[in-house]
Amino acid sequence: MRKASPGSLRRAFQPWNDPAAKPLIEFRHVTKRFGGVTAVAEVSLSLYPREFFALLGPSGCGKTTLMRMLAGFETPDAGQILLGGTDITEMPPHLRPVNMMFQSYALFPHLSVADNIAYGLKRERLPRAEIAQRVAEMLALVKLDGLGKRRPDQLSGGQRQRVALARALAKRPKLLLLDEPMAALDRKLREATQFELMDLQSELGTTFMVVTHDQDEAMTMADRMAVMDHGRLVQIGPPDVIYEAPVNAYVASFVGDINVLEGHVVAVEGDLVRVETGITGMVELDEEAPALAIGASVLVGLRPEKLDLSHDEPPQPFNKVAGEIWDIGYLGDVTMVQVMVGGEGGWLVKVALTNRRRRAARPFAWEDKVWLSWDVEAGLVLKP
Amino acid sequence: MSGRSHAASRLVVAAPYLWLLLFFLAPFAIVLRMALSDADTALPPYAPHFEGFATLREFLGKLDLENFRLLADDALYWDSYLQSLRLAGLTTLIALAIGYPLAYAMAAAPRHWRPVLLVLVVLPFWTSFLIRVYAWIGILRPDGLLDIVLGGLGLTDEPLRLLNTEAAVLIGMVYSYLPFMVLPLYAMLEKLDRSLLEAAADLGATPVTAFLTVTLPLSLPGILAGAALVFIPSVGEFVIPDLLGGPDTVMIGKVLWNEFFSNRDWPLASAVAIVLLVVLVLPLALLQRARQGREAQP
Amino acid sequence: MRRLGPGLILALVAGFAFLYLPILALVAYSFNASRLVTVWGGFSTHWYGALLSNQPLLDAAWLSIRLAFVSATLATALGTMAALALARHGRFRGRMLFSGMVLAPLVMPEVITGLSLLLLFVAVDVERGFWTVTIAHATFGLGFACIVVQARLAGFDSSLEEAARDLGATPLVTFATVTLPLIWPAVAAAWMLAFTLSLDDLVIASFTTGPGATTLPMRLYSAIRLGVSPEINAACTLMIGAVALAVIAASLLLKRRQAVGG
Repeated sequence: MRKASPGSLRRAFQPWNDPAAKPLIEFRHVTKRFGGVTAVAEVSLSLYPREFFALLGPSGCGKTTLMRMLAGFETPDAGQILLGGTDITEMPPHLRPVNMMFQSYALFPHLSVADNIAYGLKRERLPRAEIAQRVAEMLALVKLDGLGKRRPDQLSGGQRQRVALARALAKRPKLLLLDEPMAALDRKLREATQFELMDLQSELGTTFMVVTHDQDEAMTMADRMAVMDHGRLVQIGPPDVIYEAPVNAYVASFVGDINVLEGHVVAVEGDLVRVETGITGMVELDEEAPALAIGASVLVGLRPEKLDLSHDEPPQPFNKVAGEIWDIGYLGDVTMVQVMVGGEGGWLVKVALTNRRRRAARPFAWEDKVWLSWDVEAGLVLKP
Repeated sequence: MSGRSHAASRLVVAAPYLWLLLFFLAPFAIVLRMALSDADTALPPYAPHFEGFATLREFLGKLDLENFRLLADDALYWDSYLQSLRLAGLTTLIALAIGYPLAYAMAAAPRHWRPVLLVLVVLPFWTSFLIRVYAWIGILRPDGLLDIVLGGLGLTDEPLRLLNTEAAVLIGMVYSYLPFMVLPLYAMLEKLDRSLLEAAADLGATPVTAFLTVTLPLSLPGILAGAALVFIPSVGEFVIPDLLGGPDTVMIGKVLWNEFFSNRDWPLASAVAIVLLVVLVLPLALLQRARQGREAQP
Repeated sequence: MRRLGPGLILALVAGFAFLYLPILALVAYSFNASRLVTVWGGFSTHWYGALLSNQPLLDAAWLSIRLAFVSATLATALGTMAALALARHGRFRGRMLFSGMVLAPLVMPEVITGLSLLLLFVAVDVERGFWTVTIAHATFGLGFACIVVQARLAGFDSSLEEAARDLGATPLVTFATVTLPLIWPAVAAAWMLAFTLSLDDLVIASFTTGPGATTLPMRLYSAIRLGVSPEINAACTLMIGAVALAVIAASLLLKRRQAVGG
């Protein structure tokens, strides 16, 4: 862990750090191939009860396959999947205590909203009265009271998503899978829904696993997230760890923006690392227990919001470089400034400046000569 | 997966599979074997060479191509194949000439008309084939409806005597198979993005150039599919040449029918069938390509 | 929306006139009082009365309807299974051969289908009649039924079936509660198509039938060979009317269904 001690934002909830905690789901060396393509490679992963887990990755990285194996729609070629300690690798989908909210929602068009929600309960052959009661409960839970008689095509996109959620939760599954749950919603609705989903999850105590390609979505909702690439889990951890301490350049650039510099290690003194880069001279940064050899080639990553911009040269001896403003993008909340270091064809750096005042004169303009500087806590060492 | 469900999902494949093996593939093998047998007068009127596996070698030794040699030597069969191909080809061209403008106009019609027009094209296909052919007998026969109308208009003095000619066969086949041409063409043209034509016009193409350089090439898979769908059944057609054609219209379907029912030469009829299939391989391949071309479209 | 130009309107009018005038003429002459086709003897329903006393024709019609009913039901059941196998079962052994066999009867000349099935029936030495024709019609109706159902299956999201499985439905229950309710318009259309094809077929029935089983098209065919008669026109008109009613009813049904089911 880093000094800043990141962790779950629900501070007490960190079952993954508790050796006594029993995982709800375990993937053990799971591999799945389609023809010659390996969709999921040697994945081992544990999900804990009550956890909100997000699987993040670009399309085609294998995250959907991983989830479909959990639901029972694909069978692994190798490895095991355990639920509460029981091997469910070969169990057909209809017997699994796992339910899924489909990306397309997959609402049955020939059934009413209430019948859609009751579908899974009828398969359990619950008494009629209990089904009716559970359906009413679910409709209330997703704030759709009174719409039970409607058909799915008479609902708005947001309402349909709620029905899909209610249908998947009606059976009170141990684990709810959500496949790109926000993909079909517009931006405003998406934000509100994210928070509602989080509230719902902590209220019900169900384990949620969200599959998404949207980093904001994953970071907002998840207790822990995993970043996937080419069928492998590259990093698993709470969102702030993934963001502030990415294990490699792939994670660093997939989750958020980052400026990357090549260099080699000059000195390691305790937690302080000095890296010599051709462009900026010496960079000083603070890494916890850095296992770095002198002379090793490394990448230094600098997040745009951790950089400062000034017209005058800062007094500090290291962690600064002069450049010229190449481009300014005004985004409302922040302004993205691109600074060219070392003239045309040099190192183009993104800097994010927060616009805290409404009417302040913009301090920077195109072609201004400026200084970039950053704190010793800002930089991070990345494995290439 | 529970045992019952598993059995059910196996049945879904197995039932139609077995049915087709038994009633499609097996009969086919028998036709091939028959084509390699000798004609006999007994009933069933052929001498099966095959009397069990013990005599397999003997059986293979006795198989011969005599029936095919007969087909190759007799000018009647050659003529019937050539005439079938020629009439089917002409039918296809005429159906394309009538069907393309029709399909184009349907695709260009206002959106709410299109389903109605589509039903109008399909509807005749649902009425009996025999009835549609029969309708033309009443029109084309001497002193039939066509003669009455043309005579009434003063265009002709005497009956045209179209019935029992090649022209009557062509009319009947175009009429019967026109929907097969129109439907794939319409499907293709209806999908065509109007903005493509607007883009062509924007880039300086006249409507005619735009048609030739955009619409026509994009509807080519539809043309190929339609042509194959008209050509294939036309080649093997029996009812139309029999009812509308004359003594000199000899098409393969009719030859096969006659060899079978009139001459009772089952082996020769089988040989005719085999050759007919071989003739159809090329258009079938074209149809397959057209289908794949359509699937490749977004 | 652009207006149609005069050229396109002409194409529509001429095309549909070509398709419909012969049938209209046939219908009109069924009401001709005169036996001579060249003379309009005034309006009469005489020939419809004559039809009702033509017992062989009525027998043939009844046989054809029963035969079409049974063969269409068989063809639809098998064709729906074949469509499910092709659309949902992914790869299985012999898939290429299977899809080839399903589709081949669609383009196979009728004379060949008829001939080959007859040779099979002779080879296994079964008595030919109602059941041999039924089997023959079911075999070639299967392919058409399969295509119709397959198109519908391809058009709906397979995650609906996965959702049912996810919610605890076995494959069988999934089919009964989700798949079938969603494809039934196509299944109904497939049945109607198979029924019509069977009712319409002359060539395959001629090959595969036996003594005592003469279908309506066979009866009509021999009558037509003897020449045009208003009585045949009347029979044809009745058949056209029945088909037109059925098609209109079916398309209304499908339309309503689509409006509801999407």
